[in-house]
Amino acid sequence: MTSLSLGRVLRLSVLSLGALIFIAPYIFMISTAGKAQSEIFTSSLSLIPEQWSYIENFTKALSRVSMTTLLLNGVIVCALIFVVQVVVAIPCAYAMAKLKFRAARFMMVLVMLGLLVPIHATALPLYVAFDRLSVLNSYTALVAPFSISVFAIFLFLQFFRAIPDDLIHAARLDGMSEAGIVARVVVPNAWPAITAFAIFSAVAHWNDLFWPLVVVTNQDFATPPLGLLYFRAAEAGDDYGALMAATLIITLPLVAAFLIAQKRFVEGITMTGLKG
Amino acid sequence: MASIATDLPIALADRREARIAWLLAAPAILLLFLFILLPTLAVLVLGFTDFELGFGGFRFVGFENYAELIGDRTFRRSLSNTAVYTAIVTPVSIVLALAIAMLIEAETRAKAFFRTVYFLPVASLVVAMATVWQFLFHPTIGPINALLAEFGIAGPNWLGASGTVLYGLAIIGIWQSVGFNMVLFLAGLTAIPRDLYAAAEVDGAKSWFERFRLVTWPMLGPTTLFVTTISIINSVKVFETVKTLTEGGPNKASEVLLFTIYQEGFVYLRVGYASAMTVVFLAILVILVFLQYRVLDRKVHYA
Repeated sequence: MTSLSLGRVLRLSVLSLGALIFIAPYIFMISTAGKAQSEIFTSSLSLIPEQWSYIENFTKALSRVSMTTLLLNGVIVCALIFVVQVVVAIPCAYAMAKLKFRAARFMMVLVMLGLLVPIHATALPLYVAFDRLSVLNSYTALVAPFSISVFAIFLFLQFFRAIPDDLIHAARLDGMSEAGIVARVVVPNAWPAITAFAIFSAVAHWNDLFWPLVVVTNQDFATPPLGLLYFRAAEAGDDYGALMAATLIITLPLVAAFLIAQKRFVEGITMTGLKG
Repeated sequence: MASIATDLPIALADRREARIAWLLAAPAILLLFLFILLPTLAVLVLGFTDFELGFGGFRFVGFENYAELIGDRTFRRSLSNTAVYTAIVTPVSIVLALAIAMLIEAETRAKAFFRTVYFLPVASLVVAMATVWQFLFHPTIGPINALLAEFGIAGPNWLGASGTVLYGLAIIGIWQSVGFNMVLFLAGLTAIPRDLYAAAEVDGAKSWFERFRLVTWPMLGPTTLFVTTISIINSVKVFETVKTLTEGGPNKASEVLLFTIYQEGFVYLRVGYASAMTVVFLAILVILVFLQYRVLDRKVHYA
């Protein structure tokens, strides 16, 4: 099987060449982040900096925009969104999947409709409302519209349906309340779905530029993508060394998380691939 | 469990259960109305008004906004740019993803490694990687044109010229989405029963291409349809790269739908007019999903 037939050599070469093209941006990002301005302008194809300017470039990147604030904001916003989404969606999905709930069908219609509507479609009225309520430039503004994830309800619903009814009946006979059943029977059985959704939600909101751009104008509440945009604006020239250093700092957390938990990431994204 | 004589307690228990169900679902229902249904209805209504942020009142203007849209050259440009972008990114990223998935699937050892590499862009910050691509595409100091120069080719000013900017953005879009599509195809490929290939071979499908045509392609039908719909929807929603790199320029050559909506609504604050654009955007999404269901109903049932 593993002998090097001609076909396999060809296959491996094609895959390797493609892989090289796909990681080329990362290679150039790391290389350019260590080059001095003058070197960037003269030899863009050499990968190893002649003079190591990592410290200068990283210092510049860290001093222009507060990277720690950005990353912290990213973590706070993503964590808040995820926790609220799960706390809201799980009880609802449980009621729809396992309880005698007359409105379950109607809810299903709402969920399917909701899946169609991205934040870009609801942004205008939400922005006007948030402006009237004077909550722009706040964590509330960044988190609130995502407190309801119809996709989470949809995903958990599929998962909860597969939990045997007997398990729930047994818990009831033991005198557990419905809330207790959700917390102690349903949630422990739904971990794969919850982790998959966690990854999906974190990737989506860590990356989102549109909504933060709409509601945040104050650097103190900027998320990583928005912060990078500010950095680019402040760095009007072609200081690609510092720009790449900033890019590297901001890309690293998610890429590191992905490399550590690859399998979960791929599973999570495939499982949740339903949502565009 | 319950005896036939105790109907009343059962009815009571049912009602209690229904009440608990409502209680558990209440927060979700409330938020769904507040943040999805109400704003969607509001966009439909606002599309018929001349509402502008900063001005107090507004009046209903009927279809005036829509009439203006038809004659709006920026909007028409934006629609056609989005269509061109989608028409490039979707097929290329699907074909590449399928090819890579099949090559990886046939590989025995380095599967996980290649999957990781091709998937990496999906897990990277879009705005950050767009910045890297801007450097790669730089007309004078960028590695892409430096490489082309090695072969004596004068590279274009990728993101700075109206003739190439959409292609530049499309290359970034393809790079970003191939890994995602590939993972979905890999899942689809693993689900194909091995003996189908053996059966095809017995039936005379000797060449690789014959087996692909007779087994792989038809069995992947549902996956392909799904990947196609998602890819189209994601391409129609292109925004991050445009906002970060080109701001719709040069000369509106990279104006895309969401960017135009963003400009009108949140920069010029013409909420009514931007709402009408949003309605068009929503209509496109609805049509795409509707088409997916239609095709799904008709074509891709094998089981």
